[in-house]
Formats: sequence, C-alpha cells, structure tokens
Amino acid sequence: MSETNCSSSVPFDRRTFLTRGAAGLSAAWLTAQWPAMVSAATHAHAVVASPNPAKFEFFAPEEAAEVEAIASRIIPSDETPGAKEAGVIYFIDRALVTFAADSQKTYREGLPEIQAILAEKFPGVKKFSAATAEQQDAILEALSNSKPKITASRRNRPNASSQPFFETVRYHTIAGFLIDPESDRRGNKDGVGWKVIGRDPGHIFQPPFGALDKDYPGWQPVSAEKK
Amino acid sequence: MTADKVQYQPSDEVDFVIIGSGAAGGILAKELSTNGFRVVVLEQGPYLTEADFSHDEIKVLQEDLLTNHPKLQPNTFRKTPDEKAKPQRALVYGRAVGGTSNHFTANFWRFHEIDFIERTKVGAIPGSTLVDWPITYADLEPYYTKVEWEVGVSGLAGASPFDPPRSKPYPMPPLPTKSNGVLFERAARKLGLNPFPAPMAILSQPRDGRAACMNCGFCLAFGCEVKAKSSSLAAMIPVAEKTGRCEIRPNSYVHKIELDSRGRAIGAVYFDAKKNVHLQKAKAVIVSANGAETPRLLLLSASKQFPNGLANSSGIVGKNLMLNSGGISLGVFDEQLNDYKGFAVSRILHDFYELDAQKVGFYGGGGLDARFDMTPINFAAGGGLPPDAPRWGKKFKDTIAHNFTRTVEIFSHGTSLPKEENSFSLDPDLKDAWGLPALRMTYKDHPDDIKLAKWLNQHGLDILDAAGAKQKWTYPIEEQQFAVHLLGTCRMGSDPKTSVIDADHRTHDVKNLFLCDGSSFVTSGRGQPTMTIEALAFRAADRITALAKGGELNA
Repeated sequence: MSETNCSSSVPFDRRTFLTRGAAGLSAAWLTAQWPAMVSAATHAHAVVASPNPAKFEFFAPEEAAEVEAIASRIIPSDETPGAKEAGVIYFIDRALVTFAADSQKTYREGLPEIQAILAEKFPGVKKFSAATAEQQDAILEALSNSKPKITASRRNRPNASSQPFFETVRYHTIAGFLIDPESDRRGNKDGVGWKVIGRDPGHIFQPPFGALDKDYPGWQPVSAEKK
Repeated sequence: MTADKVQYQPSDEVDFVIIGSGAAGGILAKELSTNGFRVVVLEQGPYLTEADFSHDEIKVLQEDLLTNHPKLQPNTFRKTPDEKAKPQRALVYGRAVGGTSNHFTANFWRFHEIDFIERTKVGAIPGSTLVDWPITYADLEPYYTKVEWEVGVSGLAGASPFDPPRSKPYPMPPLPTKSNGVLFERAARKLGLNPFPAPMAILSQPRDGRAACMNCGFCLAFGCEVKAKSSSLAAMIPVAEKTGRCEIRPNSYVHKIELDSRGRAIGAVYFDAKKNVHLQKAKAVIVSANGAETPRLLLLSASKQFPNGLANSSGIVGKNLMLNSGGISLGVFDEQLNDYKGFAVSRILHDFYELDAQKVGFYGGGGLDARFDMTPINFAAGGGLPPDAPRWGKKFKDTIAHNFTRTVEIFSHGTSLPKEENSFSLDPDLKDAWGLPALRMTYKDHPDDIKLAKWLNQHGLDILDAAGAKQKWTYPIEEQQFAVHLLGTCRMGSDPKTSVIDADHRTHDVKNLFLCDGSSFVTSGRGQPTMTIEALAFRAADRITALAKGGELNA
C-alpha cells in the first residue's frame, strides 16, 4: 500500500489546473494530502485575464446590446462588478448555440415582447438599452411576475428549459456570472462573479475554512466536555 | 499503462458478465476477478477518468456528464397505478464507469441492527409490505468493515452512542470539521443530542495511490479529480483491471438477458456505441444496474419461458420501490462560514434512528446532517436562497454576496415504507433513443413517511434556532416525485412468492442469474444506502464465489 505514488495516474496538466490560486497553501499540508504534488504547487498561477471575443455566435450586435442591458439589471454593476463586467452576454451568446440551443426561440420572441412593453409604457424610448435604469426595472417588473416553484428536482439542477423569457435570461445571467471561470463557456470573466459572492478562486483549500472551525479544538465525547 | 488490459470477444464464454460498474458492480468485478474468475463488465455509460471530470456546472448538471440523460433516456411519472404516467424527469443515476459512486455525497452510514429486523420489532404496518431481511446486521458486519478498509471510509469509531457493534475501527480519522459541523455540534448538544463526526467515503489521508481530499468544494454531483472520493472508479475498477482477468467494456447498453432452452442464462445482449447488437456469453450473469435499470432489464427480458419478465414468477420485480424520506431546512448566519470549501458533511446525528411509534404517532426513524452541498450557480439560481429573497437587481446581488458564505443546510434522512404500488415498470408508450420502452415510475409516499419527514425536518429547524441562525426556512415536505435512492425493486427473501432473490443474491427462478444493487434491499434504511449496497456486494461476491467453486453454477 504505497502512499507516495499517487501522481502517476493524474496528468500533470490536471494538477496545474487544480493548483491555480493555491499559492496560499502550506507545502507541508500539500505534501501530507498529496505527496507528489509539491512541485506542481510551486508552479501555481492565477487565472489569466482573457479578452472578450471579437464577435457574437448567435446574436446580432443590437440584440446583444438589448440582452446585455437586461442582464445588467438582473445583476447590476455597482461598487462591485456585475453581469456586464463578468461578460455574461458572451456566455449567453455561446449558450444559445450550445447547451441552451432550445432557448433560441425564447430569445427571438422575448426581445420583441420587451419592445412592445417599452412602446406601451415609455413611448419615444426606442430601445431597452436606451431606457433609464428605472424604466428598465419597470419593464422587467412587468415581465417577472410569475415565479417558478423550486422543487427537489430543480434544486440541484436548475435550468432554463421551457421557462418564460425573463426566467430564461435570469437563469442564464446567473449561470454566466457564476460559472467556473476555468470552463470554456466564456462567463465569469476573470472570476469576478465568484469574487462578488466571496468564493476564493482556488480549487484546493486547506482547513480551517471559516469563522467557526478556525478555533475549534476538535471533537470530544460529551462526558469529557462536561468534566 | 493500459497495454496489458485484457479484452474478450463477445463469443468468449467468460465466467461472469456483470451489468453495471457502479457501487455494486465495481466491487463484484474486483472481488470475482481477484478470486480468479474471468469477468466482463458491461457499462452503458462512457469510461471517463479523472482528467475528464470538470467543475463546469453546466457540463455536469445540465449536460449530464456523469448521469443518465433525459433526452436519450426519458421516463414517465405517476403517483398511483390508476393514473396515466406523464413524461417528467423522475430519476438521476450515474451513467459512466463507476456509476453513481462517482458523484455521490459520500455519507457512509452503516445500517443498524433494527434495519434488518424491523417487521418483527414493530409488527405489521397498514398499507405497507414491510418484512424482515433474510440476513442480519451480524451477517453483514464483516463486509461493512471491508468497505471501510478497502474502498476507503474516514470516520471515528465509538463516537456515536447509537452505533451498532463493529469489528474494527475506521482506517482513517474523520475529515476536517467544517464551520457548519461546529455550529451543528454545539447546537445539537445544547438540545441534549449526540452529534458525531460523519463517516464519509472520502479519504482524509493518502491511501492506495489515491490523494486525500483537497477540499475543492465541487463534491456532490461531481467526480473527484484526485481520487479522494471513494468511488468504484477510483477504488475498485483499477484493482479489477490489474488482475488481467477483468474487462470493463463501456458504452455497452444491455437490453436483454439471453436464456437457453433449459431456462439458464447464457449471456447479456447489448448495443455497442454504434448501436450494433452483441451477445456477451458467460457462465453466469450478475445484474448491478441499479434499482431502476435492474428491474427494467428483467422486464425487458420477458420471453416465452418468463412472459411476465425474467425471474418474475413472484410478480414483484420492480415493485416495493423505496426512495428514502426526508427534508431540507436552511439557515443564514452572521459569521462567514465558507462551507463551500470541502466535502459536504462533517457532522451528523443518529438520536432519532429508532423512534418510538407509540410516542411520535408514526413509524420510522432517521438521521440529520449539517452540510453545504451547493455549487455557485445551484446556490444562486436553484435552491440556496430564502423563499422571500429578491430574485433580481441590486438586492438579489447583495443577497447572494452575503449568503453564499453564510448559509447552512440541515438535511434529514429517513425511512420509506415499502408499498407494492410504488414501482419501476415499462412505459407502454414512451421509448428511449434505442427504441426500448422507457422507465415509468409510480410513487406515492406512505403517510407515515411524510409525517416522519416533517418531524425530522422540524428538528433541523430547532437546531438552526439553537445555533443562532439569523434567518431560517425549509422546503415544503411534499410527496416525492424525484428519485436518487432507488431501493427495494427486486427484494431479497427466502420465499420465492414474495421475493426475487435469495440471501445469496441468486434469483429464485434462474440458478445462474444474480442481482446485487439497491434493488436487493428489503427495507430502506435511514437514507444513506450506498454503504449497504457495497457491503452487500462484498458479501454477494463471497457467496457467488462459494457457489461457483462448489460447482453449482455449472450447466
């Protein structure tokens, strides 16, 4: 039962992937957990900033501007980055030609629907993206009145399939904001979404993890504790 | 590294063909090949390795990287047999080499003595087909120990006053304590309960060439990149392949067990990746395809000799399905807990394992755990936020920013009573992508299961209260329509009229056909079935080896 040969079946690039952002880990801990990994850890590097893609795969540029404006009201930019900075529009654009191709129709029909509400509520404003934040919120309020029920099957597998337009954009915006930035789906640019929710960018963590386990002395039987 | 892997031809009559490479199939493959037998494992899913695993939530949860795909394999659901079933995703199971053990939470509770003898202890329960197992805890104890040492379970023996007797301590100390574990432990003790370190099938120390847990936080539903999670893929399949006698054949979708004119199994018929059909010949057939696909395969294998489905003279193949009852309560705390780091669970309690029906007014029992098992998208778009939380805009953003590192879930896990009407059967209309009848699930919880789930969940809320949660809420307890634990559908027993397999996992009807997985269960246990599936598999391997060596499987 060897305890030191565990690296042989894990490719090196995998280790590199896993050790990104692992610079804060102690070498002693890493050696204890995964004896052959210390050298990989020394090569740890941060997520590399990537430029936004030059063109869209699904949207026309004016459609993209409208969808980005909606996403930016769902997760607005304020003191911290929002959907815009996370490149959510590029995530949605790619989603609609990959895993979410069945939502293409929802977007094709949803954008004119927004246009119609806009014309009715704010005649004179030509595009959603040209409306004020208050006007945009009023339109989304009108669209978002039906709230789907979270059931056990949806809890861990949320998705936008056969949801109305607003729910679809909402889900795609959240997914594009919080997807693993290492994935090839273009969302969560530079990990800004994870930063907002307080998730460290790494994929290896050394305890203690949080406020309560930091000074926790370890498990003791009840009788010992009472003494 | 792969050059010496054995490959058989379908026409080679091997000793065993095993259908499924998951929690049970992986162990049977390892045990039987180690014991000198020639084995082919037919797995319907792909052969993925650690390098294929991903933290991409879309790939894993929406594109079903590791699981059954609802477009290829749709299913239907209905509550009762008199309804027409409607298409609706009703189950998730692992569909890759390693099966469901790739993506489980890894809570590895042993069953207790009571789980095997409950019918005798509590008597008949109206509306339920509850019976005792033909084996006892003592029969299975050595095999639980084997799971802990060979597959790899971290834990602390003697920490729970309710634990059944054990012959050996755990091979490794418990995993680190998470902040939600600390909070759960302190609150539960305040309430006079006995929380203890969770036994988990995740390595806390390097072992057998596998790394210890790196706490990446993508655990439930994800495959482990460093082999720390004790899946069959990480722990059993490599040992089986190393014998040079076991071939794992992925992308092989078995749809029929073939018989000869004397009613003996001669092999398994499957589609390969190109939908070509082959018959893998074998001296004996073992089905470990899970509690849904095992009965489905028997029903699909109906023939002149077995018009109601193979090995179904009892008529109960697919029936007595149990899903485990339970609930989820959640709380938000002031402190930054960061429970997104690490495996899901570090503390559990078993004080409610055996409730007194006279006192509580219903049958059942269960356990509670504190966890955080949600990845970022799941959390924000799925089930992480309070029901009254804003759903978009600045307040939504502020809520996810505050809550993600401060939310705790308390899961309750409990018994399900067996009912004959609850079942997997073949849908009369819907077909899968291979043109085979789709699974139809029929399920309506026994009223006691619902009462138990509410009762346990209330205790979860009480613990959140005692822990000082600033906000708490719960999912409504409703009749279940979604299955992860697939139990009881080919139950074990000594009477061929009321059971499908005997205590050796041999079908009563076909002497060289064995079934071993969640379908073998007689009772549901308290919500953590995989440990027992694996102990049964180790035991079945011993029994099947003895039968084979005694010449009982010869034609």
